[in-house]
Amino acid sequence: MARFVDRRLNPKNKGAVNRQRFLQRFHSQIRRAVADAISKRSITDVESGERVKIPARDISEPIFQHGRGGRRETALPGNKKFVTGDRVPRPETGGGSGSQAGNSGEGEDEFIFELTREEFLEYFFEDLELPNLIKVQLAREPLYKNVRAGYTADGAPANLHVIRSLRGALARRIALATPYAEKKQQLQEELDALLETADADDPRAIALRDEIAELEQKVQKIPFIDTFDLRYRNRIQVPLPTTQAVMFCIMDVSGSMDQEKKDLAKRFFLLLYLFLTRNYERTDVVFIRHHTIAMEVGEEEFFYSRESGGTVVSSALGLMRDIIHERYSSSEWNIYGAQASDGDNWPEDSGNCSRILMQDLMPQTQYYAYIEVNNSNPQSLWSEYKKVAAAWPNFAMRAIGQAIEIYPVFRELFKKQRA
Amino acid sequence: MTLISEGSEWSFELLERYDKELARIAADFGLDTYPNQIEIITSEQMMDAYSSTGMPVFYHHWSFGKQALNIEKSYRRGQMGLAYELVINSNPCIAYLMEENSMTMQALVIAHACYGHNAFFKNNYLFKAWTSADAIVDYLIFARNYIAECEERYGATSVEEIVDSCHVLMNYGVDRYKKSSPLSMKKERSRQKEREEYLQSQINDLWQHTVPVHDGIAKKQSKKFPREPEENLLYFIEKNAPFLEPWQREIVRIVRKIAQYLYPQRHTKIMNEGWATFWHYTLLNRLYDERRVNDSFMLEFLTSHTNVIFQPGYDNPHYSGVNPYALGFAMMSDIRRMCEEPTEEDKYWFPDLAGGDWLKILDFAMRNFKDESFIAQYLSPKIIRDFKLFSLLDDDKEEQLEITGIHNEEGYRHIRKVLSEQYNVSNLEPNIQVYQANTREDRSLTLRHYEHDRRPLGNSTDEVIKHAHRLWGFKVRLETVDSAGQVIRTYECG
Repeated sequence: MARFVDRRLNPKNKGAVNRQRFLQRFHSQIRRAVADAISKRSITDVESGERVKIPARDISEPIFQHGRGGRRETALPGNKKFVTGDRVPRPETGGGSGSQAGNSGEGEDEFIFELTREEFLEYFFEDLELPNLIKVQLAREPLYKNVRAGYTADGAPANLHVIRSLRGALARRIALATPYAEKKQQLQEELDALLETADADDPRAIALRDEIAELEQKVQKIPFIDTFDLRYRNRIQVPLPTTQAVMFCIMDVSGSMDQEKKDLAKRFFLLLYLFLTRNYERTDVVFIRHHTIAMEVGEEEFFYSRESGGTVVSSALGLMRDIIHERYSSSEWNIYGAQASDGDNWPEDSGNCSRILMQDLMPQTQYYAYIEVNNSNPQSLWSEYKKVAAAWPNFAMRAIGQAIEIYPVFRELFKKQRA
Repeated sequence: MTLISEGSEWSFELLERYDKELARIAADFGLDTYPNQIEIITSEQMMDAYSSTGMPVFYHHWSFGKQALNIEKSYRRGQMGLAYELVINSNPCIAYLMEENSMTMQALVIAHACYGHNAFFKNNYLFKAWTSADAIVDYLIFARNYIAECEERYGATSVEEIVDSCHVLMNYGVDRYKKSSPLSMKKERSRQKEREEYLQSQINDLWQHTVPVHDGIAKKQSKKFPREPEENLLYFIEKNAPFLEPWQREIVRIVRKIAQYLYPQRHTKIMNEGWATFWHYTLLNRLYDERRVNDSFMLEFLTSHTNVIFQPGYDNPHYSGVNPYALGFAMMSDIRRMCEEPTEEDKYWFPDLAGGDWLKILDFAMRNFKDESFIAQYLSPKIIRDFKLFSLLDDDKEEQLEITGIHNEEGYRHIRKVLSEQYNVSNLEPNIQVYQANTREDRSLTLRHYEHDRRPLGNSTDEVIKHAHRLWGFKVRLETVDSAGQVIRTYECG
């Protein structure tokens, strides 16, 4: 006789350790794959998991095996037309791929697997060298609050609502007892009428009395409280009410911003976006690109199109001001600005920039961050922005050369949030 | 007789009732099995089990994580269904049933795994010789704990390196002809310490004589070591690698012990699956004959049975070699047929089978053969015709491939020989042995690949040699020797 064991409740993720080992071992490859993925994805879609590809030859486990060639005779099923002695051409695909693919390193399959959302963010944060607390803050799920939502028929004893349950019991008792009570009253009246004319010992009176007693018994047998009556306080989770924010991404797309600088800028925008989605229920993103004139564009165009020509930064700031005026009044929206540029600007224009910022933008924005990418000699824009930074504590600026330098731009912002 | 159940929902009570009936019928047929332990698991647990060779406990390694990712991927995309069952060659015999299965599938799996595979594990000569079902679970626990302890003590990376290299040579960690001693956790643990100390002293002793000696003496003393070629590479490394730490030797030993335990499975795929499929078919049909199950049960069972034994032709896009379930089931059923209703052809080809007691003959076949010999012995012309087998010669000296035999009088014997050889060891994997360890000069290790039908080694050979070098610690050379005994190719590392 077999012994049956129910293992379904055993811990599920026995394989988690092995998965971790795998991820650790191919850390650098996965990290590269994640970096590629980030540059390809939309910044509003940073949170889903990711299919990661790494070259299969990196992870193959070699064994001694036969290669192509030599003499090999095999038996195969499903003969339809061959007779002994037939000759058939050697199939091309099967013959060639075996030895050539390995030698040339081409045609190698890729090993593809899914990273979970948590794992993906982990790799993303790693590049940015975020402090742990910030990572937790950014990676957390939306917050929920427990609120009361009426009553349910089942729940934990601790949530039992006594008054509600007793009220239900009372209603049930009344409902169940009423027919008996009516009948009883009817019989009682009949009995009273009978007793006026007949003896108490009259057999009909006795029968009526018995019947009344029986009805009383029935009423008494109705339980005082039944499991059916129990009511429990019900609680449901609702997302914490938060407000809305708009994020302006402003980027210089003049010829000097190459793809590498744009990728760096993208990470900068991404980090702010992640931060905002954690703190606001709704986050709008406005993309403004500019060279000598500014335009509001879609994300695709924002990151991937290229223009040439001069640079007038104030055109973008002016456009931002106009858009705020039209669509995002600062009484309803939390406004964040993020600007990336390589620092080039018409020298005459830089004064305009700081003026628009100081007069129009800074009073309305929660936070404005500026990064200057890969610029060794700061120009007039930098010095003008310095003035803004001195006057407004919610203005942050920094010159950066690589991804790990992005986070310090936001340090003040994140610090405030933590407090 | 009343039905055991109706409807497709299973419950523990029903499982027990089915098991009781199946056990009774299996005993009628004389199936000799280990006691069964049947465990119900979820599909996630099945994927976990899958990814580490199906064992209930196993040490941790990244390659199992990779395996799991692969399985998960194809499972989620619906490219692959999970096996309905997993069964472990242990005593008691552990079988996993997935909770998603219907009642019919559970009954099928119990018949297939708990009576079919189970009887095979207990009685087939390869399993009897090479595995000790009583000890395997204990040994796996010992192995996992030992490796975890080493990781703590020597760092996960250095342990991983050793395990990586051992896995690469795992197929060459097997004795094919000698019998190893049975495993047991208690003995292993107590002996492991002694062995550690003893071995280290032995090895130091062995290499102490390797200090440079004068030419004359050296030549006089130089005897080839080892005297006989050694087929078990991991065994040779465990015993003789100069600078492995005791714990590293123990890990080499663990991997080769597990390789040895898995070895019979590789050589009995057709027989094992054929046997189990034959018995689930026979047992469930008996249940039906006794009116214990209804028509809808049988229809569901037959649908999945038919899927399992489907053999696509060589030119079908789904073709991936001979389906061991199909061929095995066909051959087992054919043996029974030849005993009960022999034709003239059977009487000529298999005079010993025709009219014999099929139970005895089938039992004998199950006990005493492996795939290679089983096919050579029992593949009948009828099966060759049913499968429309043909043999194909691929010789790199010829421009074209040649059909060397089809399912006709002239072809039967040839096809039987070809198919049987397809399952022999040197066709499955290159024949590589330890040829010489140079104990006097550079301590290099020479392996020899004895070429079979001029088939060369594959592309990954250089990588494998690197791993062998990591274990051995000194130069490793691999020589390919042709049929005339000439060294024709050399791989080297170190």
